Amino acid sequence: MFRDAALIAGKDLRLEWRSRIAINQVAPFALLILILFAFALDPDHGVLLKATPGLFWIAVLFSSLLAIQRAFTIESADGNRDALRLSGLDPAGIFLGKFAAITVQLLALEALLLAGVALLYSARLDGFPLLLLTCVVATAGIAAAGTLYGVLAAGLRVRETLLPLLLLPVLAPVLLGSTRAFEAAIGGNPSEGWPWLGLLAIFALVYIGSGAAAFGPLLEES
Amino acid sequence: MTTNLRKERRASSPAEAGAAGEDAGPTGTGSRATAVLGGVTLAALALWAYLGLVGTPEDEVQGTAVRLLYVHVPVVTVAYLACFITTGASAMWLWKKTQGWDLLASACGEIATLFTAGTLLSGAIWGGAAWGAFWVWDARLTSTAMLFLLLLGYLAIRRIPASADVRARRSAIIGLLLTPNIFIINRSVEWWRSLHQDPTLFQASVSPKIHGIMFFTLFYSLVVGLLVFTWLAIHRFRLAYLQDQIDDRGLADAIEERRAEAGA
Repeated sequence: MFRDAALIAGKDLRLEWRSRIAINQVAPFALLILILFAFALDPDHGVLLKATPGLFWIAVLFSSLLAIQRAFTIESADGNRDALRLSGLDPAGIFLGKFAAITVQLLALEALLLAGVALLYSARLDGFPLLLLTCVVATAGIAAAGTLYGVLAAGLRVRETLLPLLLLPVLAPVLLGSTRAFEAAIGGNPSEGWPWLGLLAIFALVYIGSGAAAFGPLLEES
Repeated sequence: MTTNLRKERRASSPAEAGAAGEDAGPTGTGSRATAVLGGVTLAALALWAYLGLVGTPEDEVQGTAVRLLYVHVPVVTVAYLACFITTGASAMWLWKKTQGWDLLASACGEIATLFTAGTLLSGAIWGGAAWGAFWVWDARLTSTAMLFLLLLGYLAIRRIPASADVRARRSAIIGLLLTPNIFIINRSVEWWRSLHQDPTLFQASVSPKIHGIMFFTLFYSLVVGLLVFTWLAIHRFRLAYLQDQIDDRGLADAIEERRAEAGA
């Protein structure tokens, strides 16, 4: 299972590296969101600084929609879905591979966005252990739920409009938890952030588990 | 009338009628039992309206707004019950793979959406009267709104044209995750903020303070809610079953027609 996962993750990441879609389109989109927030909110009076954790995670959520759609668009061309089913790879392995590839991409994106908020919103990024752990665990949750709902919406004609409706309500606890944990880390009282990190971890585990279990049947249809 | 039409058609192609094996199912959405149930429900609703509007006194604090209690509480209860049944039926479909569980999940999913919308609406009206604000960022309100959105997603998945089996599998997985999702959302929002009054109904220390007739009306309204839910669920289930039958029949009939043409 884990060998299959490594195969799929390697394939997806190589594809992304060679096509440069994530770097050329998703990353600029994420930065664009940061700048649009500055237009919408008053940048000079500390509103941005106060709202930094929330704005950061909203930018991550919206960009993750693009990354997830992209991860399944590459499987929809040329009957790749059927090829995946015929490949004899363990469906749970395929899920974990896709999940890992999306996680890696989102983590790279978050590094960029963190630099972005530090630079543009002059946010002071303190409390590094909690900050980094929150990024990793929340991203795992987003990627796991995204992979599960992504494969469900993939191959449907309405996928672009359906995926946000399905996924964003489900990711609401992740937004809540990661934002609170970030606030606690940046605000200098990390002890308030650790319970939220626990919630994020539970969310990620639930979705990794149910995704690995449900991926086979979902891949079979269509 | 539809019943006659279907019988005629079946007579014209006995082989297919046997193959489809549809004799076991209902041919309409009503039956004698549900007609009685409907009558009882209507009578119960009339008594409920009387008790709620006339038969109970005003509240010392909330005044007449307290009457919304008899609407809000049963609507919430039915909404949550329907959600649990949707999740349970989805799980049963994944286990047994029989059409009935899929249709039950579908029927309860729709009722859950309707009653969750009703919860938000009656809650907003009550909130406007009691708190002076239609919406506050309270844990239970927020998670109910999220539940409503999750249910809309579930219905959206159901509405995508697909073969019965594919549709059932897709929606069963979404339906199965419905209750865990709402539980996680509820926990997280609860941590985030809470100003809703604590549950009062089942605390022994508080219940004697509720006027006897009010207490009775509240429980009675729950019974009425359950009656309405049962009636709706049975009819929606049968309607969904008939819709599937029409879809199956439609294809079989079209093939039959083409064969007849080709043969002529």
